[in-house]
Amino acid sequence: MTPMFFNQFDSNIAMVNEDERQNFHRDASRLRKRLQISSRDKEVVEDDGTVGQWSISDPRISCRNVDVNYGDKQAIKKVNLDIGRNEVLSFIGPSGCGKSTLLRCLNRMNDTIPGCRVSGEIKLDDEDVYLKHIDVVPLRAKVGMVFQKPNPFPKSIFENVAYGPRIHGLTATKDGLAEVVESSLRRAGLWEEVKDYLDHPGTSLSGGQQQRLCIARTIAVNPEVILMDEPCSALDPIATAKIEQLIDELREQYTIVIVTHSMQQAARVSQRTAYFHLGKLIEVGETASVFTQPIHKLTDDYISGRFG
Amino acid sequence: MSRGVAMEKLTDGHIIRRYDGELDNLRLIALEMGGLVINLLGDALNAFKTQDLDLAHKVVAMDNQVDELEVKADQEIANIIAKRCPVSSDLRMVMAVSKSVSDLERIGDEAVRIAGLAIQAIGNEASDPNSQMLRDVNRIGSMAMSGLRSAVEIFDIWDEEKALQVIENHNDMEEEFQADLRHLITYILEDYRNIGFAISVVLVIKSLERVGHHAQNLAEYVVFQVSGEDIRSDQPS
Repeated sequence: MTPMFFNQFDSNIAMVNEDERQNFHRDASRLRKRLQISSRDKEVVEDDGTVGQWSISDPRISCRNVDVNYGDKQAIKKVNLDIGRNEVLSFIGPSGCGKSTLLRCLNRMNDTIPGCRVSGEIKLDDEDVYLKHIDVVPLRAKVGMVFQKPNPFPKSIFENVAYGPRIHGLTATKDGLAEVVESSLRRAGLWEEVKDYLDHPGTSLSGGQQQRLCIARTIAVNPEVILMDEPCSALDPIATAKIEQLIDELREQYTIVIVTHSMQQAARVSQRTAYFHLGKLIEVGETASVFTQPIHKLTDDYISGRFG
Repeated sequence: MSRGVAMEKLTDGHIIRRYDGELDNLRLIALEMGGLVINLLGDALNAFKTQDLDLAHKVVAMDNQVDELEVKADQEIANIIAKRCPVSSDLRMVMAVSKSVSDLERIGDEAVRIAGLAIQAIGNEASDPNSQMLRDVNRIGSMAMSGLRSAVEIFDIWDEEKALQVIENHNDMEEEFQADLRHLITYILEDYRNIGFAISVVLVIKSLERVGHHAQNLAEYVVFQVSGEDIRSDQPS
Protein backbone atom coordinates (compact mmCIF):
# COMPACT_ATOMS: atom_id res chain seq x y z
CA MET A 1 0.00 0.00 0.00
CA THR A 2 2.27 2.79 1.18
CA PRO A 3 5.42 1.68 -0.63
CA MET A 4 4.11 2.94 -3.96
CA PHE A 5 3.69 6.42 -2.61
CA PHE A 6 7.11 6.37 -1.03
CA ASN A 7 8.75 5.12 -4.19
CA GLN A 8 7.29 7.89 -6.20
CA PHE A 9 8.39 10.43 -3.61
CA ASP A 10 11.82 8.94 -3.70
CA SER A 11 12.30 9.09 -7.45
CA ASN A 12 11.01 12.67 -7.65
CA ILE A 13 13.63 13.73 -5.19
CA ALA A 14 16.30 12.00 -7.21
CA MET A 15 15.24 13.75 -10.40
CA VAL A 16 15.16 17.26 -8.98
CA ASN A 17 18.45 16.64 -7.37
CA GLU A 18 20.21 15.63 -10.59
CA ASP A 19 18.85 18.65 -12.47
CA GLU A 20 19.86 21.04 -9.78
CA ARG A 21 23.34 19.67 -9.60
CA GLN A 22 23.97 20.07 -13.32
CA ASN A 23 22.53 23.57 -13.29
CA PHE A 24 24.67 24.51 -10.40
CA HIS A 25 27.96 23.36 -11.86
CA ARG A 26 27.31 25.25 -15.04
CA ASP A 27 26.46 28.34 -13.02
CA ALA A 28 29.45 28.11 -10.73
CA SER A 29 31.88 28.09 -13.64
CA ARG A 30 30.04 30.97 -15.29
CA LEU A 31 30.21 32.89 -12.02
CA ARG A 32 33.92 32.28 -11.72
CA LYS A 33 34.47 33.49 -15.25
CA ARG A 34 32.43 36.63 -14.65
CA LEU A 35 34.17 37.45 -11.39
CA GLN A 36 37.61 36.84 -12.88
CA ILE A 37 36.82 39.26 -15.69
CA SER A 38 35.67 41.91 -13.28
CA SER A 39 38.75 41.59 -11.11
CA ARG A 40 40.97 41.75 -14.18
CA ASP A 41 39.34 45.08 -15.06
CA LYS A 42 40.35 46.33 -11.66
CA GLU A 43 44.01 45.52 -12.26
CA VAL A 44 44.21 47.06 -15.73
CA VAL A 45 43.06 50.44 -14.53
CA GLU A 46 46.19 51.29 -12.59
CA ASP A 47 47.79 52.70 -15.77
CA ASP A 48 47.10 55.83 -17.85
CA GLY A 49 43.93 56.73 -19.65
CA THR A 50 40.40 57.40 -18.52
CA VAL A 51 38.24 54.48 -17.45
CA GLY A 52 34.49 54.35 -17.73
CA GLN A 53 32.19 55.90 -20.31
CA TRP A 54 33.82 59.23 -21.12
CA SER A 55 32.35 59.14 -24.59
CA ILE A 56 28.61 59.29 -25.28
CA SER A 57 26.49 59.59 -28.39
CA ASP A 58 25.19 63.03 -29.38
CA PRO A 59 27.17 65.11 -26.89
CA ARG A 60 26.59 68.83 -26.38
CA ILE A 61 30.21 69.48 -25.52
CA SER A 62 33.04 67.22 -26.54
CA CYS A 63 36.65 67.59 -25.41
CA ARG A 64 39.43 65.73 -27.24
CA ASN A 65 43.07 65.61 -26.17
CA VAL A 66 42.75 68.79 -24.16
CA ASP A 67 46.03 70.00 -22.62
CA VAL A 68 46.22 73.14 -20.52
CA ASN A 69 49.48 74.77 -19.49
CA TYR A 70 50.05 77.65 -17.12
CA GLY A 71 53.51 78.73 -18.29
CA ASP A 72 55.71 75.66 -17.87
CA LYS A 73 53.28 73.89 -15.64
CA GLN A 74 50.88 71.45 -17.24
CA ALA A 75 47.54 71.68 -15.44
CA ILE A 76 45.56 69.27 -17.61
CA LYS A 77 46.86 66.29 -19.54
CA LYS A 78 45.10 64.76 -22.55
CA VAL A 79 41.54 64.95 -21.35
CA ASN A 80 38.86 63.29 -23.47
CA LEU A 81 35.32 63.84 -22.27
CA ASP A 82 31.81 64.19 -23.68
CA ILE A 83 29.10 66.14 -21.90
CA GLY A 84 25.55 65.19 -22.77
CA ARG A 85 22.39 67.21 -23.26
CA ASN A 86 20.09 67.71 -20.29
CA GLU A 87 22.46 66.09 -17.89
CA VAL A 88 24.28 67.25 -14.82
CA LEU A 89 27.91 66.23 -14.91
CA SER A 90 29.96 66.75 -11.78
CA PHE A 91 33.72 67.17 -11.64
CA ILE A 92 35.26 65.89 -8.42
CA GLY A 93 38.85 65.54 -7.26
CA PRO A 94 41.36 66.92 -4.77
CA SER A 95 42.48 70.56 -4.92
CA GLY A 96 44.75 71.28 -7.86
CA CYS A 97 43.56 68.32 -9.88
CA GLY A 98 42.51 70.51 -12.80
CA LYS A 99 38.75 70.29 -12.51
CA SER A 100 38.17 74.05 -12.28
CA THR A 101 40.72 74.62 -15.04
CA LEU A 102 38.83 72.34 -17.40
CA LEU A 103 35.53 73.96 -16.43
CA ARG A 104 36.95 77.40 -17.25
CA CYS A 105 38.17 76.15 -20.62
CA LEU A 106 34.62 75.34 -21.65
CA ASN A 107 33.69 79.03 -22.04
CA ARG A 108 37.23 80.34 -22.49
CA MET A 109 37.42 81.99 -19.10
CA ASN A 110 41.09 81.01 -19.13
CA ASP A 111 41.80 83.41 -22.02
CA THR A 112 42.28 86.21 -19.54
CA ILE A 113 44.92 84.39 -17.52
CA PRO A 114 48.41 85.29 -18.72
CA GLY A 115 50.53 82.31 -19.73
CA CYS A 116 47.58 79.99 -20.02
CA ARG A 117 47.68 77.85 -23.16
CA VAL A 118 44.93 75.47 -24.21
CA SER A 119 45.49 72.88 -26.90
CA GLY A 120 43.35 70.08 -28.23
CA GLU A 121 39.78 70.42 -29.27
CA ILE A 122 36.71 71.60 -27.33
CA LYS A 123 33.52 71.54 -29.39
CA LEU A 124 30.18 73.01 -28.40
CA ASP A 125 27.46 71.65 -30.68
CA ASP A 126 30.16 70.51 -33.13
CA GLU A 127 31.84 73.90 -33.32
CA ASP A 128 35.33 74.37 -31.94
CA VAL A 129 35.15 77.13 -29.32
CA TYR A 130 38.88 77.86 -29.65
CA LEU A 131 38.79 78.85 -33.34
CA LYS A 132 40.25 82.31 -34.01
CA HIS A 133 37.04 83.86 -35.33
CA ILE A 134 34.88 82.85 -32.34
CA ASP A 135 33.70 85.86 -30.33
CA VAL A 136 33.85 85.02 -26.64
CA VAL A 137 30.97 87.32 -25.66
CA PRO A 138 28.18 85.31 -27.35
CA LEU A 139 30.07 82.14 -26.37
CA ARG A 140 29.83 83.11 -22.72
CA ALA A 141 26.14 83.88 -23.16
CA LYS A 142 25.68 80.36 -24.52
CA VAL A 143 27.89 78.87 -21.83
CA GLY A 144 27.04 80.70 -18.62
CA MET A 145 28.92 80.48 -15.38
CA VAL A 146 28.09 80.60 -11.68
CA PHE A 147 30.96 81.13 -9.28
CA GLN A 148 31.89 79.95 -5.83
CA LYS A 149 31.17 83.27 -4.15
CA PRO A 150 27.94 84.95 -5.17
CA ASN A 151 28.96 88.04 -7.15
CA PRO A 152 25.92 90.20 -7.91
CA PHE A 153 26.61 93.48 -9.68
CA PRO A 154 26.41 96.53 -7.38
CA LYS A 155 23.03 97.36 -8.86
CA SER A 156 19.39 96.64 -8.14
CA ILE A 157 18.02 93.11 -8.21
CA PHE A 158 16.13 93.96 -11.41
CA GLU A 159 19.22 95.39 -13.11
CA ASN A 160 21.31 92.36 -12.14
CA VAL A 161 19.03 90.12 -14.19
CA ALA A 162 18.17 92.69 -16.91
CA TYR A 163 21.78 93.58 -17.69
CA GLY A 164 22.58 90.49 -19.78
CA PRO A 165 19.45 90.43 -21.96
CA ARG A 166 19.91 94.17 -22.58
CA ILE A 167 23.52 94.08 -23.75
CA HIS A 168 22.89 90.97 -25.84
CA GLY A 169 19.87 92.71 -27.36
CA LEU A 170 17.49 89.90 -26.50
CA THR A 171 14.48 92.16 -25.94
CA ALA A 172 13.60 95.50 -27.48
CA THR A 173 10.84 96.67 -25.17
CA LYS A 174 10.67 97.54 -21.52
CA ASP A 175 7.79 95.14 -20.95
CA GLY A 176 9.71 92.39 -22.68
CA LEU A 177 12.65 92.99 -20.39
CA ALA A 178 10.44 92.90 -17.29
CA GLU A 179 9.05 89.60 -18.53
CA VAL A 180 12.50 88.09 -18.98
CA VAL A 181 13.49 89.29 -15.50
CA GLU A 182 10.40 87.77 -13.92
CA SER A 183 10.66 84.44 -15.71
CA SER A 184 14.36 84.15 -14.93
CA LEU A 185 13.78 84.92 -11.26
CA ARG A 186 10.91 82.41 -11.22
CA ARG A 187 13.04 79.68 -12.76
CA ALA A 188 15.74 80.46 -10.22
CA GLY A 189 13.15 80.04 -7.47
CA LEU A 190 13.69 83.58 -6.21
CA TRP A 191 10.69 85.48 -7.58
CA GLU A 192 8.38 85.03 -4.60
CA GLU A 193 11.09 86.23 -2.23
CA VAL A 194 12.15 89.36 -4.14
CA LYS A 195 9.18 90.47 -6.28
CA ASP A 196 8.42 93.39 -3.95
CA TYR A 197 12.05 94.49 -3.64
CA LEU A 198 13.21 94.54 -7.24
CA ASP A 199 14.75 97.98 -6.81
CA HIS A 200 16.79 96.96 -3.77
CA PRO A 201 20.49 96.35 -4.32
CA GLY A 202 21.39 92.74 -5.19
CA THR A 203 23.97 92.77 -2.43
CA SER A 204 21.24 93.26 0.20
CA LEU A 205 20.11 89.65 -0.26
CA SER A 206 21.33 86.72 1.82
CA GLY A 207 24.16 84.55 0.46
CA GLY A 208 21.84 81.82 -0.79
CA GLN A 209 19.54 84.38 -2.39
CA GLN A 210 22.51 86.14 -4.00
CA GLN A 211 23.64 82.83 -5.49
CA ARG A 212 20.16 82.22 -6.89
CA LEU A 213 20.22 85.78 -8.24
CA CYS A 214 23.46 84.93 -10.04
CA ILE A 215 21.80 81.81 -11.46
CA ALA A 216 18.83 83.94 -12.60
CA ARG A 217 21.30 86.34 -14.21
CA THR A 218 22.93 83.42 -16.02
CA ILE A 219 19.71 81.90 -17.33
CA ALA A 220 18.30 85.30 -18.38
CA VAL A 221 20.46 85.22 -21.53
CA ASN A 222 19.17 81.80 -22.66
CA PRO A 223 22.33 79.78 -22.28
CA GLU A 224 22.71 76.19 -23.47
CA VAL A 225 25.21 75.20 -20.85
CA ILE A 226 25.62 76.36 -17.25
CA LEU A 227 28.98 75.92 -15.58
CA MET A 228 29.02 76.01 -11.80
CA ASP A 229 32.24 76.30 -9.86
CA GLU A 230 31.50 75.15 -6.31
CA PRO A 231 28.24 77.09 -6.24
CA CYS A 232 27.30 76.03 -2.71
CA SER A 233 30.58 76.12 -0.84
CA ALA A 234 29.73 79.45 0.78
CA LEU A 235 26.14 78.53 1.62
CA ASP A 236 24.38 76.91 4.57
CA PRO A 237 22.67 73.50 4.16
CA ILE A 238 19.19 74.97 3.56
CA ALA A 239 20.42 77.35 0.86
CA THR A 240 22.48 74.47 -0.56
CA ALA A 241 19.40 72.27 -0.75
CA LYS A 242 17.53 75.03 -2.58
CA ILE A 243 20.32 75.38 -5.13
CA GLU A 244 20.45 71.61 -5.58
CA GLN A 245 16.70 71.48 -6.14
CA LEU A 246 17.13 74.30 -8.67
CA ILE A 247 19.89 72.40 -10.47
CA ASP A 248 17.58 69.42 -10.75
CA GLU A 249 14.83 71.59 -12.29
CA LEU A 250 17.21 73.38 -14.66
CA ARG A 251 18.51 70.08 -15.98
CA GLU A 252 15.41 69.71 -18.14
CA GLN A 253 16.47 72.71 -20.21
CA TYR A 254 20.22 73.00 -19.85
CA THR A 255 23.41 71.07 -19.78
CA ILE A 256 25.00 71.63 -16.38
CA VAL A 257 28.58 71.03 -15.35
CA ILE A 258 29.30 71.44 -11.66
CA VAL A 259 32.62 71.43 -9.86
CA THR A 260 32.19 70.45 -6.25
CA HIS A 261 34.31 69.51 -3.29
CA SER A 262 31.37 67.85 -1.62
CA MET A 263 31.18 64.32 -2.89
CA GLN A 264 27.77 63.90 -1.37
CA GLN A 265 26.64 66.87 -3.44
CA ALA A 266 28.02 65.26 -6.59
CA ALA A 267 26.20 62.06 -5.64
CA ARG A 268 22.97 63.97 -5.06
CA VAL A 269 22.78 66.28 -8.07
CA SER A 270 24.61 64.69 -10.97
CA GLN A 271 23.80 61.91 -13.39
CA ARG A 272 27.42 61.41 -14.37
CA THR A 273 30.55 62.00 -12.35
CA ALA A 274 34.09 62.64 -13.54
CA TYR A 275 37.03 62.15 -11.19
CA PHE A 276 40.25 64.11 -11.79
CA HIS A 277 43.63 63.47 -10.25
CA LEU A 278 46.83 65.48 -10.89
CA GLY A 279 45.54 66.92 -14.16
CA LYS A 280 44.30 63.61 -15.51
CA LEU A 281 40.74 62.53 -15.99
CA ILE A 282 40.79 59.20 -14.17
CA GLU A 283 37.26 57.91 -14.32
CA VAL A 284 33.89 58.92 -15.71
CA GLY A 285 30.68 57.03 -15.16
CA GLU A 286 27.10 57.00 -14.02
CA THR A 287 27.09 58.68 -10.62
CA ALA A 288 25.37 55.74 -8.94
CA SER A 289 27.99 53.28 -10.11
CA VAL A 290 30.93 55.60 -9.40
CA PHE A 291 29.81 55.82 -5.77
CA THR A 292 29.00 52.15 -5.28
CA GLN A 293 31.48 50.36 -7.54
CA PRO A 294 34.18 52.72 -8.75
CA ILE A 295 36.45 51.05 -11.27
CA HIS A 296 39.73 52.86 -10.57
CA LYS A 297 41.56 52.53 -7.29
CA LEU A 298 42.31 56.27 -7.17
CA THR A 299 38.61 57.05 -7.47
CA ASP A 300 37.80 54.50 -4.81
CA ASP A 301 40.37 55.93 -2.39
CA TYR A 302 39.25 59.50 -2.96
CA ILE A 303 35.52 58.99 -2.55
CA SER A 304 35.87 56.77 0.48
CA GLY A 305 38.24 59.22 2.16
CA ARG A 306 41.42 57.14 2.14
CA PHE A 307 45.05 58.16 1.81
CA GLY A 308 45.77 58.77 -1.88
CA MET B 1 41.91 40.77 -6.59
CA SER B 2 44.40 39.21 -4.27
CA ARG B 3 43.57 38.43 -0.71
CA GLY B 4 46.11 40.90 0.63
CA VAL B 5 44.54 43.77 -1.26
CA ALA B 6 41.07 42.80 -0.16
CA MET B 7 42.10 42.71 3.48
CA GLU B 8 44.06 45.92 3.39
CA LYS B 9 41.18 47.69 1.68
CA LEU B 10 38.59 46.39 4.05
CA THR B 11 38.55 48.86 6.87
CA ASP B 12 41.96 50.53 6.90
CA GLY B 13 43.39 53.65 5.41
CA HIS B 14 40.73 56.29 5.97
CA ILE B 15 41.99 59.77 6.63
CA ILE B 16 39.59 59.84 9.56
CA ARG B 17 41.01 57.01 11.64
CA ARG B 18 37.98 56.72 13.87
CA TYR B 19 36.07 55.61 10.77
CA ASP B 20 38.51 52.69 10.39
CA GLY B 21 37.77 51.81 13.99
CA GLU B 22 34.03 51.98 13.54
CA LEU B 23 34.07 49.72 10.49
CA ASP B 24 36.40 47.33 12.25
CA ASN B 25 34.15 47.27 15.28
CA LEU B 26 31.19 46.43 13.05
CA ARG B 27 33.10 43.60 11.44
CA LEU B 28 34.07 42.26 14.86
CA ILE B 29 30.45 42.28 16.02
CA ALA B 30 29.54 40.15 13.01
CA LEU B 31 32.45 37.81 13.75
CA GLU B 32 31.46 37.57 17.40
CA MET B 33 27.95 36.63 16.33
CA GLY B 34 29.45 34.08 13.95
CA GLY B 35 31.50 32.51 16.73
CA LEU B 36 28.51 32.45 19.01
CA VAL B 37 26.20 30.72 16.54
CA ILE B 38 28.89 28.16 15.70
CA ASN B 39 29.00 27.26 19.40
CA LEU B 40 25.22 27.27 19.71
CA LEU B 41 24.75 24.97 16.75
CA GLY B 42 27.48 22.62 17.95
CA ASP B 43 25.92 22.45 21.42
CA ALA B 44 22.43 21.96 20.03
CA LEU B 45 23.59 19.05 17.89
CA ASN B 46 25.42 17.49 20.83
CA ALA B 47 22.38 17.91 23.02
CA PHE B 48 20.26 16.12 20.43
CA LYS B 49 22.72 13.31 19.89
CA THR B 50 23.55 12.68 23.55
CA GLN B 51 20.09 13.52 24.89
CA ASP B 52 21.64 16.10 27.17
CA LEU B 53 18.78 18.11 28.65
CA ASP B 54 20.99 20.67 30.42
CA LEU B 55 22.94 21.45 27.31
CA ALA B 56 19.72 21.86 25.31
CA HIS B 57 18.37 24.36 27.86
CA LYS B 58 21.67 26.21 27.79
CA VAL B 59 21.37 26.65 24.02
CA VAL B 60 17.85 28.04 24.35
CA ALA B 61 19.05 30.51 26.98
CA MET B 62 22.10 31.60 24.97
CA ASP B 63 20.03 32.67 21.98
CA ASN B 64 19.36 36.01 23.70
CA GLN B 65 23.00 36.92 23.30
CA VAL B 66 22.75 36.43 19.55
CA ASP B 67 19.70 38.67 19.39
CA GLU B 68 21.44 41.34 21.47
CA LEU B 69 24.42 41.33 19.12
CA GLU B 70 22.12 41.70 16.14
CA VAL B 71 20.52 44.77 17.71
CA LYS B 72 23.96 46.16 18.53
CA ALA B 73 25.13 45.60 14.94
CA ASP B 74 22.03 47.33 13.57
CA GLN B 75 22.67 50.34 15.80
CA GLU B 76 26.28 50.57 14.69
CA ILE B 77 25.22 50.32 11.06
CA ALA B 78 22.70 53.13 11.46
CA ASN B 79 25.36 55.26 13.19
CA ILE B 80 27.92 54.66 10.45
CA ILE B 81 25.46 55.46 7.68
CA ALA B 82 24.34 58.64 9.44
CA LYS B 83 27.81 59.83 10.38
CA ARG B 84 30.08 58.66 7.60
CA CYS B 85 27.93 58.26 4.48
CA PRO B 86 29.93 55.21 3.41
CA VAL B 87 30.53 54.76 -0.32
CA SER B 88 32.14 52.16 -2.56
CA SER B 89 33.72 49.20 -0.74
CA ASP B 90 32.83 50.69 2.66
CA LEU B 91 29.19 50.88 1.64
CA ARG B 92 29.27 47.32 0.36
CA MET B 93 30.90 46.18 3.59
CA VAL B 94 28.21 47.87 5.71
CA MET B 95 25.49 46.32 3.54
CA ALA B 96 27.15 42.91 3.67
CA VAL B 97 27.37 43.03 7.48
CA SER B 98 23.81 44.28 7.74
CA LYS B 99 22.51 41.33 5.74
CA SER B 100 24.85 38.85 7.37
CA VAL B 101 23.72 39.57 10.91
CA SER B 102 20.15 38.68 10.04
CA ASP B 103 21.30 35.38 8.52
CA LEU B 104 23.42 34.71 11.61
CA GLU B 105 20.46 35.45 13.83
CA ARG B 106 18.38 32.92 11.86
CA ILE B 107 21.12 30.34 12.30
CA GLY B 108 20.84 30.97 16.04
CA ASP B 109 17.10 30.36 15.75
CA GLU B 110 17.71 27.04 13.98
CA ALA B 111 20.07 25.99 16.78
CA VAL B 112 17.33 26.78 19.29
CA ARG B 113 14.88 24.76 17.23
CA ILE B 114 17.22 21.76 17.30
CA ALA B 115 17.69 22.17 21.06
CA GLY B 116 13.90 22.31 21.42
CA LEU B 117 13.56 19.06 19.49
CA ALA B 118 16.14 17.51 21.80
CA ILE B 119 14.15 18.61 24.85
CA GLN B 120 10.98 17.15 23.34
CA ALA B 121 12.62 13.87 22.36
CA ILE B 122 14.13 13.31 25.81
CA GLY B 123 10.74 13.48 27.51
CA ASN B 124 9.13 11.16 24.99
CA GLU B 125 9.36 7.36 25.17
CA ALA B 126 8.03 6.92 21.63
CA SER B 127 11.08 8.57 20.23
CA ASP B 128 13.96 6.47 21.41
CA PRO B 129 17.11 7.49 19.63
CA ASN B 130 18.06 5.21 16.81
CA SER B 131 21.79 4.97 16.16
CA GLN B 132 21.43 4.57 12.40
CA MET B 133 19.36 7.73 12.13
CA LEU B 134 21.80 9.58 14.38
CA ARG B 135 24.53 8.71 11.90
CA ASP B 136 22.63 10.67 9.26
CA VAL B 137 22.25 13.58 11.65
CA ASN B 138 25.98 13.41 12.35
CA ARG B 139 26.90 13.46 8.70
CA ILE B 140 24.72 16.39 7.65
CA GLY B 141 25.47 18.06 10.97
CA SER B 142 29.18 18.07 10.35
CA MET B 143 28.60 19.40 6.83
CA ALA B 144 26.48 22.23 8.18
CA MET B 145 29.05 22.97 10.87
CA SER B 146 31.96 23.07 8.45
CA GLY B 147 29.96 25.16 5.97
CA LEU B 148 29.15 27.61 8.72
CA ARG B 149 32.73 27.66 10.00
CA SER B 150 34.14 28.45 6.56
CA ALA B 151 31.44 31.07 5.97
CA VAL B 152 32.35 32.84 9.20
CA GLU B 153 36.05 32.44 8.40
CA ILE B 154 35.72 34.08 4.98
CA PHE B 155 33.87 36.88 6.71
CA ASP B 156 37.14 37.47 8.52
CA ILE B 157 39.50 37.24 5.54
CA TRP B 158 37.12 38.41 2.76
CA ASP B 159 38.35 35.94 0.19
CA GLU B 160 36.27 35.69 -2.92
CA GLU B 161 37.61 32.31 -4.05
CA LYS B 162 36.90 30.67 -0.68
CA ALA B 163 33.45 32.20 -0.69
CA LEU B 164 32.73 30.55 -4.03
CA GLN B 165 33.96 27.29 -2.50
CA VAL B 166 31.39 27.60 0.29
CA ILE B 167 28.67 28.27 -2.26
CA GLU B 168 29.68 25.16 -4.19
CA ASN B 169 29.90 22.97 -1.10
CA HIS B 170 26.39 23.97 -0.20
CA ASN B 171 25.23 21.87 -3.12
CA ASP B 172 26.80 18.72 -1.62
CA MET B 173 24.81 19.44 1.47
CA GLU B 174 21.59 19.66 -0.51
CA GLU B 175 22.37 16.23 -1.93
CA GLU B 176 23.09 14.86 1.52
CA PHE B 177 19.78 16.24 2.76
CA GLN B 178 17.85 14.51 0.00
CA ALA B 179 19.77 11.26 0.60
CA ASP B 180 19.01 11.42 4.33
CA LEU B 181 15.32 11.81 3.63
CA ARG B 182 15.49 8.64 1.54
CA HIS B 183 17.28 6.77 4.36
CA LEU B 184 14.68 7.87 6.87
CA ILE B 185 11.91 6.51 4.70
CA THR B 186 13.56 3.11 4.65
CA TYR B 187 13.97 3.10 8.44
CA ILE B 188 10.31 3.87 8.87
CA LEU B 189 9.36 1.15 6.41
CA GLU B 190 11.47 -1.35 8.36
CA ASP B 191 9.80 -0.59 11.68
CA TYR B 192 6.95 1.89 12.02
CA ARG B 193 7.81 2.36 15.72
CA ASN B 194 10.76 4.46 14.49
CA ILE B 195 8.41 7.11 13.25
CA GLY B 196 8.44 9.28 16.38
CA PHE B 197 12.19 9.72 16.39
CA ALA B 198 12.27 9.88 12.60
CA ILE B 199 10.06 12.94 12.63
CA SER B 200 12.42 14.65 15.07
CA VAL B 201 15.33 13.72 12.84
CA VAL B 202 13.55 15.10 9.76
CA LEU B 203 13.02 18.39 11.54
CA VAL B 204 16.63 18.49 12.72
CA ILE B 205 18.10 17.83 9.30
CA LYS B 206 15.72 20.36 7.79
CA SER B 207 17.06 22.90 10.28
CA LEU B 208 20.60 21.93 9.35
CA GLU B 209 19.76 22.33 5.70
CA ARG B 210 18.52 25.85 6.46
CA VAL B 211 21.78 26.57 8.28
CA GLY B 212 23.63 25.50 5.15
CA HIS B 213 21.51 27.88 3.14
CA HIS B 214 22.24 30.79 5.48
CA ALA B 215 25.95 29.96 5.28
CA GLN B 216 25.67 30.15 1.51
CA ASN B 217 24.06 33.59 1.87
CA LEU B 218 26.97 34.75 4.04
CA ALA B 219 29.38 33.66 1.33
CA GLU B 220 27.36 35.53 -1.29
CA TYR B 221 27.59 38.73 0.75
CA VAL B 222 31.36 38.33 0.88
CA VAL B 223 31.51 37.98 -2.91
CA PHE B 224 29.38 41.13 -3.13
CA GLN B 225 31.63 43.05 -0.78
CA VAL B 226 34.84 42.07 -2.53
CA SER B 227 33.83 42.21 -6.19
CA GLY B 228 30.80 44.49 -6.14
CA GLU B 229 28.83 41.79 -7.96
CA ASP B 230 25.51 40.61 -6.62
CA ILE B 231 25.46 36.93 -7.53
CA ARG B 232 22.29 35.89 -5.74
CA SER B 233 20.18 35.85 -8.89
CA ASP B 234 22.67 33.54 -10.58
CA GLN B 235 22.07 30.75 -8.10
CA PRO B 236 19.51 28.00 -8.31
CA SER B 237 17.62 28.41 -5.05
